[in-house]
Amino acid sequence: MIKINNVHKAFSGQNVLDGVDMLVQEGSSTAIIGTSGAGKSVLLKILLGLIRPDIGEVSIGNIKVSKDKPGRTLSEIGMLFQGSALFDSLPVWQNICFKFLKGREKLSIQDAKEIAIQKLEKVGLNHEVANKYPSDLSGGMKKRVALARAIVGNPKIIFFDEPTTGLDPIMTNTINNLIREIVETMEATALTITHDISSVEQIADNVALLESGRIRWEGKSKKLRDSKNPYVYQFVNGKTKGPITAI
Amino acid sequence: MRILQNLGKSANIFLQKIGRVTKFIISIFSNLFTPPTYGGEILKAFFQIGWMSLPVLGLTALFTGGALALQIYAGGSRFNAEQVVPAIVAIGMARELGPVLGGLIVAARVASSIAAEIGTMKVTEQVDALITLSTDPIKYLAVPRVLAATLSLPVLIAIGDSIGILGGYLVGINRLDFSSSTYLASTASMLQISDISSGLVKGVFFGFIISLSGCYCGFHSSNGAEGVGKATKSAVVAACVCILAANYILTEVFFNS
Repeated sequence: MIKINNVHKAFSGQNVLDGVDMLVQEGSSTAIIGTSGAGKSVLLKILLGLIRPDIGEVSIGNIKVSKDKPGRTLSEIGMLFQGSALFDSLPVWQNICFKFLKGREKLSIQDAKEIAIQKLEKVGLNHEVANKYPSDLSGGMKKRVALARAIVGNPKIIFFDEPTTGLDPIMTNTINNLIREIVETMEATALTITHDISSVEQIADNVALLESGRIRWEGKSKKLRDSKNPYVYQFVNGKTKGPITAI
Repeated sequence: MRILQNLGKSANIFLQKIGRVTKFIISIFSNLFTPPTYGGEILKAFFQIGWMSLPVLGLTALFTGGALALQIYAGGSRFNAEQVVPAIVAIGMARELGPVLGGLIVAARVASSIAAEIGTMKVTEQVDALITLSTDPIKYLAVPRVLAATLSLPVLIAIGDSIGILGGYLVGINRLDFSSSTYLASTASMLQISDISSGLVKGVFFGFIISLSGCYCGFHSSNGAEGVGKATKSAVVAACVCILAANYILTEVFFNS
């Protein structure tokens, strides 16, 4: 279970998160939606332990992420970064199995490569991709490789930061289907940051709308489009007038 | 009043920066002697910082040694002291020009590339990715580079000194009519171990300064291409200024001892 309790964060005196409360149940798939600059990525970085909140607490299971060193929870977390964040200097298979080559859980090169190829197949890429470098891959392939890296340690929790940004509609659907399938088969808890409504409907059971540093609405993803909440209505329908001000 | 406010603000920023650099140095040293050790990364850093700097350093030293011989000959001839050319070239290269020029050349080449590489990794979230993969970025990215630069630079400087002296020798025997044996004998008799060792000690400090500047500026670069560009520029400027300042301090120390 992920518990976010009254989290505040400000940068240079400007409030980015202004008292976020949220609960993500174990085994559920939740999406946090919101406009650009709403504080979604900052919240995700706080969850990962990359930055600390000014006030409030974040806990994953029994571990308080906001107080402990990030290393304590990271072994159970997989993360798909918005820009894939693959290491340019390493071939694809080493990117996927980085955890097993350089991390604490060491594996032999042979075993690591085998696992990398298995994960590549799981995300719909063939073994020939394993020896290529990230610069040789298309945006969609990079996303898949990053997805393979995110799931390589069979994490209990997976975070997805804008998983479909910059992809064409077909690739967007492919990645969404992969995420849904992987999260279900691994029985993992998933938390996705996105502003793509169709992705939310495909991959998430629950949705929270974050706006101006606060959760303005929470509910089932199926009820998102029917919600009468003014924030949700404006966001879903892309209206320029309403409580959300475009920055 | 406003001047005082601005002064206070600048002093505050400066002290904060000093604090951040100190914290960064402490984190490098604390990661230096604790496992895991990334042997592959260390070897790669030695290759890129040490081996790949050899051509540019060698050429710089060769031309500098040659030019130095000509200048000393021109200056020495004013008071009939042309015979000091071999000794001054050797001592000048070993004590001053070899370490300083070597340091500055490597700073331009290495500090910039370290800052650009780490800065790009930071803005493309690769540094965050390292953390999520349970890898300490300081240990994985900074420690190998600092280790490689600190240990490579004295070796590079020793090679640069030799090539610089060779440059002086070639000019001496081909342009200034020195006999080969006289030139070599004069060089050998005047050059002392302390001349060489002081240059090598300087190399250790310069190597540390170069890698520290590159890593610090890379890790603290702001977002976007402009941020990486600024980080690269700052790394080279900081490394060059610190090398020259450290050179003076170390020269004072060796001079007094």
